[in-house]
Amino acid sequence: MSRRALPAFPFDNRRVVGILFLTPALLYILLLVGFPFLLAIAFGFSDVTVGDTDLNFVGLQNYMAVWENDVFRQVFETTIRFTLISQVFILIFANILAIIFTQDFTGKWFARFIFILPWATPVSLAMIGWLWMLDTKYSPIDYLLLQTGFLGPDGILSNNRNLFWLATPDLSQISVIFVQVWRMTPLATVILMAGLSSIPTDILDQAEVDGARFMRALLQIKLPLILPIMVIALLFSMITMFGDMTVVYVLTRGGPVDYTRVLGLYSFQVGIEGGNLAQGAAISLFAFPLLLAMAIFMLRTASRAEVQ
Amino acid sequence: MALLAWILHNFWSLLVACLLALVGLRIVWRIHKYGATRDELAYILRRSPFYLLVLTFCFFAAAPFLIMFMHTFKTDGDLYRRPQPFVFRQDPTLEHLDALFNNTAYLEFIRNSVVVGIAVVIITLVLSLPAAYALARLTGRWGERAAILMFLVYLVPPTLLFIPMFRIVVLLGLKDDPMSLIVVYPSFTVPFSMWLLSGFFKAVPPELEEAALVDGYNRVEAFLRVVLPLSLPGIISTIVFTFTLTLHEFIYGLVFIADTSQRTLSVGVPTELILGDVYFWQPLLAAALIIAIPVGLAYNLFLDSLVQGFTMGAVKG
Repeated sequence: MSRRALPAFPFDNRRVVGILFLTPALLYILLLVGFPFLLAIAFGFSDVTVGDTDLNFVGLQNYMAVWENDVFRQVFETTIRFTLISQVFILIFANILAIIFTQDFTGKWFARFIFILPWATPVSLAMIGWLWMLDTKYSPIDYLLLQTGFLGPDGILSNNRNLFWLATPDLSQISVIFVQVWRMTPLATVILMAGLSSIPTDILDQAEVDGARFMRALLQIKLPLILPIMVIALLFSMITMFGDMTVVYVLTRGGPVDYTRVLGLYSFQVGIEGGNLAQGAAISLFAFPLLLAMAIFMLRTASRAEVQ
Repeated sequence: MALLAWILHNFWSLLVACLLALVGLRIVWRIHKYGATRDELAYILRRSPFYLLVLTFCFFAAAPFLIMFMHTFKTDGDLYRRPQPFVFRQDPTLEHLDALFNNTAYLEFIRNSVVVGIAVVIITLVLSLPAAYALARLTGRWGERAAILMFLVYLVPPTLLFIPMFRIVVLLGLKDDPMSLIVVYPSFTVPFSMWLLSGFFKAVPPELEEAALVDGYNRVEAFLRVVLPLSLPGIISTIVFTFTLTLHEFIYGLVFIADTSQRTLSVGVPTELILGDVYFWQPLLAAALIIAIPVGLAYNLFLDSLVQGFTMGAVKG
């Protein structure tokens, strides 16, 4: 083995090697994220369309038009509402599940496989399953409700044979939120599990020696320690959900009317399907201040946790 | 086939029977081991709500997949005429699976996804292995800032970038070419795997590299010959999760590629197997399930490793 195969000096210096190692990845990312991001802002100030791709400066016109559009207002509100409501449920279920899956029990491996499936399945494919589960005519859920007397001529919920999960204003929103909770809970759970496993076991052992009971150990020791990671899990799933359009694309295409249209989908429909690149870019940029605020809050929390 | 038909005809009773049998066996085993004492019975009683809770969660998670499995084998008549979704009134059929593989572009979708996935994994590893090592060991404050920058970049969702990206892809002449996805996907896989990998690298004791340096290796050699082999399990799990990230991606795939034969799985299945108002339900559900099971198994297999990398990545080295 030739130990001096490579020229020695530059490869011995920590700093030089560090820069050498880090630069390609940083450049690639800046080129692939930074440049399009600036381009998105430029698009927002222009009149670019799929047909006419010249960038003519039009000032704030797109942003004003978007902001004054009633549909956009509703879409923006829907996006925020979906994100916030689903987070409540995700956080509750993720906490329960994280406690379950950090314990040992019989059949854990299989249970974990089942519970991870909603997250492991590519979103658009999992949504096909839900598209059938929530089908207007053939929904298996409706069938169960019909058999148990909740639906049908004398039904408690409705006299109809179906609930029309994805076709009424209220139910379509509830369905989308339910499906989002279903698919995002495992992600939040895994982040929480990482947090729980990073709590030094000697602290917990110490607590047991001190005679702290299970609930007290949970409330006074574990909870403050995992609170920061809970914020991280929360914001991670918030940001993922805020930018998501796949679920509604497959399930409802934004309908009925605009009730389940979210920001990403709207921007896709205006920008790509409608061909108005400039306005599509302007729409998606309205998400940016919120995302940035979330990210900063997240980093603050994370670094504060480290100080402690 | 006869066995499959029998299983499907008795699907729910078999499922319940299996569960009960497993629970029964477990209880019998415990009693056999610890004796049928009062304490033991009390223990079993005390534990049962916990298992019920697990079972409830599992049921909710699995429900669509169970339905997918059953419906894959249903004939059209059984599926649509006076539907009874939970039982088979006609014998199960394999014709829809056959149709999925022979009459649709499903195999092409799989091939495209695999090609894109492998290419992206290679680019990602080449870029992020050294970068992650730099973050873990070599850099001080500015490395930390670079890490935070990477993290922020990871949080910029594709919904913010797909419109300018679309223009760039068109300008480069890569529209309808999976190459466009190969170029763009590293924009989210590189930050993700850098974070994960730097966690695994931090777990390698620095003393081992110091020893290699004393032996006359330089930094790069120490990285290649000491750190990389020791982090192999972590690298494998990074490969698995990077690959599945590309499998999950939807928006770029939808926007960049309109040509059926070039589409990837996540876009191709829901757009090409639905023709206007006509849904080919059995092939659709089968297509989803066939992908879900292996990815789910891979996730479960590498979950502990992911959790470990995630935790270490968050701890400053």
